[in-house]
Amino acid sequence: MLAKTLFEKLWEQHIVHQDPDGRALLYIDLHLVHEVTSPQAFEGLRLNNLRVRRPDLTIATVDHNVPTTPNRHIISDPIAAQQIETLRRNCHDFGVQLFDIDSSEQGIVHVIGPELGLTQPGKTIVCGDSHTSTHGAFGALAFGIGTSEVEHVLASQCLWQKKPKTMQIVVDGALPLGATAKDIALGIIGRIGSDGATGYAIEYRGAAIRALSMEGRMTVCNMSIEAGARAGMIAPDETTFRYVRGRRFAPKNFEKALAHWQTLQSDDAARFDATIRIDAAALEPYVTWGTNPGMVVPITGRVPDPNSAASETERTATARALEYMDLKPGTAMEDIAVDRVFIGSCTNARIEDLRATAELVRGYHVHPRVRAMVVPGSQQVKHAAESEGLDRIFRAAGFDWRESGCSMCLGMNPDILQPGERCASTSNRNFEGRQGRGGRTHLVSPPMAAAAAITGHFTDVRKWRFKEAQSA
Amino acid sequence: MRPFREHTGIVAPLDRSSIDTDQIIPKQFLKRIERTGYGEFLFFDWRYTGDGKPRADFVLNQPQFAGASILIAGKNFGCGSSREHAAWALSDYGFRVIIAPSFADIFATNAGNNGLLLVRLPEQQISTLLDHAGQIPCYKLHVSLLDKRVQDDQGFGARFDIDEFRRTCLLEGLDEIGLTLKHESEVAAYESRIANRAW
Ligand code: SF4
Repeated sequence: MLAKTLFEKLWEQHIVHQDPDGRALLYIDLHLVHEVTSPQAFEGLRLNNLRVRRPDLTIATVDHNVPTTPNRHIISDPIAAQQIETLRRNCHDFGVQLFDIDSSEQGIVHVIGPELGLTQPGKTIVCGDSHTSTHGAFGALAFGIGTSEVEHVLASQCLWQKKPKTMQIVVDGALPLGATAKDIALGIIGRIGSDGATGYAIEYRGAAIRALSMEGRMTVCNMSIEAGARAGMIAPDETTFRYVRGRRFAPKNFEKALAHWQTLQSDDAARFDATIRIDAAALEPYVTWGTNPGMVVPITGRVPDPNSAASETERTATARALEYMDLKPGTAMEDIAVDRVFIGSCTNARIEDLRATAELVRGYHVHPRVRAMVVPGSQQVKHAAESEGLDRIFRAAGFDWRESGCSMCLGMNPDILQPGERCASTSNRNFEGRQGRGGRTHLVSPPMAAAAAITGHFTDVRKWRFKEAQSA
Repeated sequence: MRPFREHTGIVAPLDRSSIDTDQIIPKQFLKRIERTGYGEFLFFDWRYTGDGKPRADFVLNQPQFAGASILIAGKNFGCGSSREHAAWALSDYGFRVIIAPSFADIFATNAGNNGLLLVRLPEQQISTLLDHAGQIPCYKLHVSLLDKRVQDDQGFGARFDIDEFRRTCLLEGLDEIGLTLKHESEVAAYESRIANRAW
């Protein structure tokens, strides 16, 4: 039998119809829906007199627009409120289950899918959101789609896809202390660029990937899209199975599912169209300096000089980014002061991220100039953190402790940067204006964000002096 | 979907690479529940100052590019967020064709689903076109999807490749959902085949 990659197995298992030109109609096992990219899709169904083919495979939540303050039912922005109301009506009219603002399971769509056990190995998963690649961490084929495609999936439970090429990124060795899953992602994008994987589905492999928890794997797969990839995935293993078992929507007949899931690996002789090898031991904590995630250096590095760029295009891009970011070439990253710190988003707002961060800030206080906030990825993460007392550690250190949602990752809600403000952010995009018009975003790992909050500037966490828990 | 066969129009040059969809249509305009009316917000933060005045140095605000319907840009156009609002905003503004060395995957699908033609040309030809558009007043291109050709009346001509399925959909203005629903029996057959996966 022909050796196959994990991606090829998933692809073939979902073909409903194969066109001779290579395009396939794929079956979609799970469709996640949120308020921003769905209203026009439901409207399209109404106009064409169609229904949702499989409401049982469709799950909705509200995350992008929701305020993260207490009493957040009251949404002062009438247009945002209308969008949320529209999703409620659509879910009601079309029979789709909604995890609404007051649900104890509400959260960022890419946090709650896995948490509820909906995200499972072997599934095809789509959502009108580019970070759907997150779910690939479970050995699923998961990718973001546009609103026309959302409508298409609602109507037919299928999607036309052209087969992407395959890329394996092998991260060998062990991560050094102070470097996290986020640094694997930033290190990869720094190396291959923000379009380095365009047209590819990535499979992450190697010892450093195997050693990651599910939270860490989700962080890595989440950022696949920042390298332009169609999808990112990791073959399921014991870590995956342990995570899924017992969750609300986990398979009832778990053993039967497990037997299938265990076949979901690339065969030894399988061939990839491209291979990238990364030595985990050489990875460091990274900080972005520019306006796309590929513009990144280690914390020990300096802001680059446009004049040493490899090409004219790169020179103008660097110069433009530095102007927007208000940075001078040659500045040491550690000398850059921050005004705001955002710990949150579908990249880094899971319980493990909050634990690592709380441990670091324990006994310290946020720098007087800095405003720092922690926004758990979901209500379940928030409750777990509170039951462990993490919220008390954050509050005592001067962090704002919020309700769950996308928050300042994209500033569609009241959490935004003011023009000129500089932010250390655990999110995934440092595009111009992403966190608020004129705002300057630097992407970092959660521990790096926390350290910057305390010292007021980017700080190498490898030098951090942790304080012991104080009794009572 | 509005079909695309051929088009001749004024060319606007936007010489930047990795133009992300956050720039094409910033987040504050994604809260609307309609598909139309996004054109006035296209490239909002680049087009207007903080207090809402047009920036004279931005290409779409310059009189010679008024009415432009063809955009030339750098590589990796449309990267980032999957928001189809980016395609809606470009179309709504009046663009029918975007020419660049490469496009991000999700954006490319969204554009196709909205009758917006994406033309990939090598960097060198892009830089020629950027120069022409910047220097020749009212520079126009003729784009034919029938012949898969781009040409001007100054002697520039180039062939481009496009996925055949996409080309057919564009030429005929086909609606993909309609196409898929014709495969209903195959979908039903697939669903019964995987019934044993309902663990
Ligand atoms: S947290 Fe940010 S990246 Fe993730 S879904 Fe929300 S807006 Fe998108």
